[in-house]
Amino acid sequence: MAETSTPSRPFRWHIVVFLAPAVLVYTLVMILPLFGTLQLSLFRTVENAQSFVGLDNFRTLFGDPRWAATFWNALWNNTWFFIIHMLVQNPIGVVLAALLSSPRLRFSAFYRTAIFIPTILSFVIVGFAWKLILSPLWGVAPNLMDLVGLKSLFTPWLGKEEYALTTLGLISVWQFVGIPMMLIYAALLSIPDEVIEAAEMDGITGMSQFWKIKLPLILPSIGIISILTFVGNFNAFDLIYSAQGALAGPNYATDILGTFLYRTFFGFQLQVGDRNMGAAIASMMFFIILAGVCLYLFTIQTRLRRYQY
Amino acid sequence: MTRKTLTALLLGSSILGSAGTAFAQDVTLNIESWRNDDLAIWQEKLIPAFEAANPGIKVVFAPSAPTEYNAALNAKLDAGSAGDLITCRPFDASLELYNKGHLADLTGVPGMENFSDVAKSAWQTDDGKATFCVPMASVIHGFIYNQEAFEKLGITPPATEAEFFAALDKIKADGTYIPMAMGTKDLWEAATMGYQNIGPTYWKGEEGRLALIKGEQKLTDPQWVEPFATLAKWKDYLGDGFEAQSYPDSQNLFTLGRAAIFPAGSWEISVFNTQAQFKMGAFPPPVKNAGDTCYISDHNDIAIGLNAKSKNLEAGKKFLSWVASPEFASIYANALPGFFSLSSTPVKMEDPLAQEFVSWREKCKPTIRSTYQILSRGTPNLENETWVESANVINGTDTPEVAGEKLQKGLDSWFKPAK
Repeated sequence: MAETSTPSRPFRWHIVVFLAPAVLVYTLVMILPLFGTLQLSLFRTVENAQSFVGLDNFRTLFGDPRWAATFWNALWNNTWFFIIHMLVQNPIGVVLAALLSSPRLRFSAFYRTAIFIPTILSFVIVGFAWKLILSPLWGVAPNLMDLVGLKSLFTPWLGKEEYALTTLGLISVWQFVGIPMMLIYAALLSIPDEVIEAAEMDGITGMSQFWKIKLPLILPSIGIISILTFVGNFNAFDLIYSAQGALAGPNYATDILGTFLYRTFFGFQLQVGDRNMGAAIASMMFFIILAGVCLYLFTIQTRLRRYQY
Repeated sequence: MTRKTLTALLLGSSILGSAGTAFAQDVTLNIESWRNDDLAIWQEKLIPAFEAANPGIKVVFAPSAPTEYNAALNAKLDAGSAGDLITCRPFDASLELYNKGHLADLTGVPGMENFSDVAKSAWQTDDGKATFCVPMASVIHGFIYNQEAFEKLGITPPATEAEFFAALDKIKADGTYIPMAMGTKDLWEAATMGYQNIGPTYWKGEEGRLALIKGEQKLTDPQWVEPFATLAKWKDYLGDGFEAQSYPDSQNLFTLGRAAIFPAGSWEISVFNTQAQFKMGAFPPPVKNAGDTCYISDHNDIAIGLNAKSKNLEAGKKFLSWVASPEFASIYANALPGFFSLSSTPVKMEDPLAQEFVSWREKCKPTIRSTYQILSRGTPNLENETWVESANVINGTDTPEVAGEKLQKGLDSWFKPAK
């Protein structure tokens, strides 16, 4: 209507417009469901209606001896699953990347692709293929081990309580070792030649060059990979479900938080699904991952030294 | 493609059917079901037989996918768009529908007297006063064996437990065949084909099952622990690496002729008939001493009920009486060998293996799986726990006593028997 006294800058609508799609989609598919889950975990079905019960579901989860035992079992299994990845997958990934970046290696593009291929396979295929390979009846594993005279070491790994989870962990490592390899390979390639040349001038070559020059420079990448592994492992579900089923046998030896959540939320066989307890478990998974990521961000990442080239 | 055509045909026929009602005053009944495998049997055999006998009533069989059935049905019932006739899952899923007023009380429908109390137990209120679905079929547990293997080794089907283990020893000593095809990887195999198969002999079928529900017996009592002890003995007769052997592995081991005995459910019959190249026989779970009464698990699996809000209640009841008749039983049981009619009048079946299975009903006392009624309502769920413990017992992780204790403890945590 009236003219404004000061010529104000026009509102920059384009920022809102450009941000809107991402914000809307992210809110719809990530933030709303997250708060929906948190809310659901505070309710319980009483006489066919949802009623607010505060933290009662969490009290059941940690107070009831059966729920608590299942939860701690799943959490420990999950932690062990993560430890296997940290101890096996990431070091192998670093070694493979170091080998691949060596200028003297021939066919490196072929190796790179071959090692990365399992990562793009579906969990169902991986689970099924490994179940077949390790099958004591039709699998190739017993025959192959027989060829090298190690038949006596073969056991039905997926069916034994003490080996099943480790076996699945290693299968998952086989599948995903390509990801740390690729990320570290990229980091290694981005180290400028001048730095390497300077090191060579100072007489640092070979292994000591890797330990003293390259490794410190790729530490931030290793940190990122660790946190990705952590988030991925604590959200894992598919491989266990496709190889061992929702009851995560034998005797819950391969039960991780994901399968525990699935069984509780959706129910299984005669067990009716319990959305509220399921949401409580999902919330716990969220808090565990949140705590892990925060720990990393505030204690480890801030201390990592970055180098400017 | 074919499914689309079928859906189109079905849709077309249902529209045409309802268009017909306006003129000829025909009534159309829609059946909700998860058995889309049975579509051809309904369209080609069952529905024509009913329509020929009952002019004026048209029937349309409209199945949906098994995994979606419960959810889809609930949504349709709430919205009032569900079919007139509803295929019932056993026990709590259907009981809930009845309690919500979706299923009509069928206690007085003519034909209901053709079924025993055990047959009806899966679709009754807890006190047994109201029945809300007409039982259609059950599955029976027993052992299927490779007849050629038995003849070659000179073994006759065992009747007692001692004979059973003697036969297993003999097969093992010979070494040509794996004595028994079963694995513990899939868990349910150990519980369903193992524990629920041989168990009724120990807990005396219905007697033990009902006493458990009433709280008079406990899973730690000898009659409930003993089947676990017998299962533990099976371990030595299973194939190498049975811990990682899945259910399809077991099926293949048997149909390829590498194993002699398969602890089975009757639903295997049609599969095995097409896959196995040798003659097969069957024997019921062996009894402890010669001359003991034998018990079999004759587990209710499928039934059909009436939508309480249907506009065609009378026609629906007429159809259900027909489902309860021996005529329906005979057509259904022959079209699907291994799914046995629950009717008290014996049904004549062509398949020899199916005949053998169903013949046990006359000499043995039937019961249903002990964990299904009431006892699997809470958390932890007794059925799922039994899967885990049965596998544990065979794997040697738990002793039979520990397994019984664990199950009873889980049950005690939520189940209070009505005293």
